[in-house]
Amino acid sequence: MAQAQITIEGVSHRYRPPVGRPVLALEDVSLEVGIREFVALLGPSGCGKSTLLYLIGGFLPTESGRILIEGKPVAAPGPDRGIVFQHFALFPWKTVRGNVLYGLERMKLPREEREKRAQSFIDLVGLTGFEDSYPAQLSGGMRQRTALARTLAFDPKILLMDEPFGALDAQTRGLMQAELLSIWQRSRKTVLFVTHDVQEAVYLAERVAVMSARPGRIKAIVDTRFEKNDTNIFKAKAFVDKVDEIWNLVRIEAIKAQGGRA
Amino acid sequence: MKAALLRYVPLVLLALAWEASARSGLVSTLALPPLSAVVAAWIDLLRDGELISNGAASLWRAGAGLFLAIGIGATLGIFMAWWRPVNVVLSPLVEMFYPMPKSALIPVTVLWLGFGNGSKILLILLGCMLPVTIGAFNGARSSEQALVWSARSMGANRLRMLWDVVVPSAMPELLNGIRTALALSFILLVSSELIAAREGLGYLIGFLGASGTYDAMFAVVLTVALLGFFADRSYLLVMRRILRWRE
Repeated sequence: MAQAQITIEGVSHRYRPPVGRPVLALEDVSLEVGIREFVALLGPSGCGKSTLLYLIGGFLPTESGRILIEGKPVAAPGPDRGIVFQHFALFPWKTVRGNVLYGLERMKLPREEREKRAQSFIDLVGLTGFEDSYPAQLSGGMRQRTALARTLAFDPKILLMDEPFGALDAQTRGLMQAELLSIWQRSRKTVLFVTHDVQEAVYLAERVAVMSARPGRIKAIVDTRFEKNDTNIFKAKAFVDKVDEIWNLVRIEAIKAQGGRA
Repeated sequence: MKAALLRYVPLVLLALAWEASARSGLVSTLALPPLSAVVAAWIDLLRDGELISNGAASLWRAGAGLFLAIGIGATLGIFMAWWRPVNVVLSPLVEMFYPMPKSALIPVTVLWLGFGNGSKILLILLGCMLPVTIGAFNGARSSEQALVWSARSMGANRLRMLWDVVVPSAMPELLNGIRTALALSFILLVSSELIAAREGLGYLIGFLGASGTYDAMFAVVLTVALLGFFADRSYLLVMRRILRWRE
């Protein structure tokens, strides 16, 4: 790997609930994500994969270990790292256009340029005609498209995606996955994608980092590069084999996660 | 439209019952002058300018007090929610002061600022601020973490984030707090003017009552009631407009 876009070195993180004892959420996690690479973080719920994403985003302080973006330690959130959340996190008091414009307004672009750019990303995600709708008036899929347009519009080098399709129905999820893949193939951003869905990880990512149940550690990294634009990909042998291979790694962790809770 | 009109049928019935009971001698006209006499007195008060000048004085006091209460109260509430030291210092004060009946402060504000506008404005400010503060505080505390993070990751600094995310998140509860404050401002206005003032609608009610012109006194009482009603209705319209994104 020439130069890593994201370098995670020996990161551990303790989650401190408002009541009760701190919980070790991440333990000695190391991972490198290359420039324009698509990596999925796969693991059972509660394994700390979202926490890792928030640390990279600069939303939580790194307490032990180091996280570097192009060699520089993360200190705070910044527009080089765009984030897309599971529950969209749209500003409910802003319209679709207002939401997409938000990041562009912070960039101090001239007004005309902002409007043009916002419109082109609204068109890109297929929301033409819904510019003046409020999030409450949109379906889940449309809200996530808006969130994606909002993040793509300010052109971050890195996309951090926190189970972005987890709140969508199966059909919408499939469509959004295909769309994300095609957007990524064209824009070539570095993507770190958190999910607990094995098929989704194998379909979208070039590498899948499988995480263990709490405390989260990187258990294995699986290369998932193969031809993805096949319409029958979900039945292709390469795909099915990868899903199987990763399922075997994940299953035991999923059982542990369940057992830990019972 | 028809349904809206039908809603006010009970009001019309009440007016008719009022007129009938006063005219039939069922109740003494001293205790309850007939509605028609009250309306006539109201027109007289309007003509000789008493209602306008006293009404203007009252509205100015309520408006200024409420404006200050909203400005100071909302700012305090939002900073209490977002800056811990402010919360530590202020929340015990808020908790102690909130349940206190603010009308007890009427003599205090008069002692400090006299019989004029100042004492009324201060009283309304003190009495109406806390519902606004508490609304802003609860609203601001409920702002979603993911929204705060989104704004930060799109390049908003802390102050910008406060204005762009925390303030609008607080808006529904803040606006409800302001509605409570609006109702309180009328109560405090009229009671303080009844007790210690030389003009204003409350003063007029007290003056007319003391001089035995009960039909005119009832006319002013009705005016205050209607003003309160219309203030609340128009406030609701504004509130719906601001929160139209919620549907």
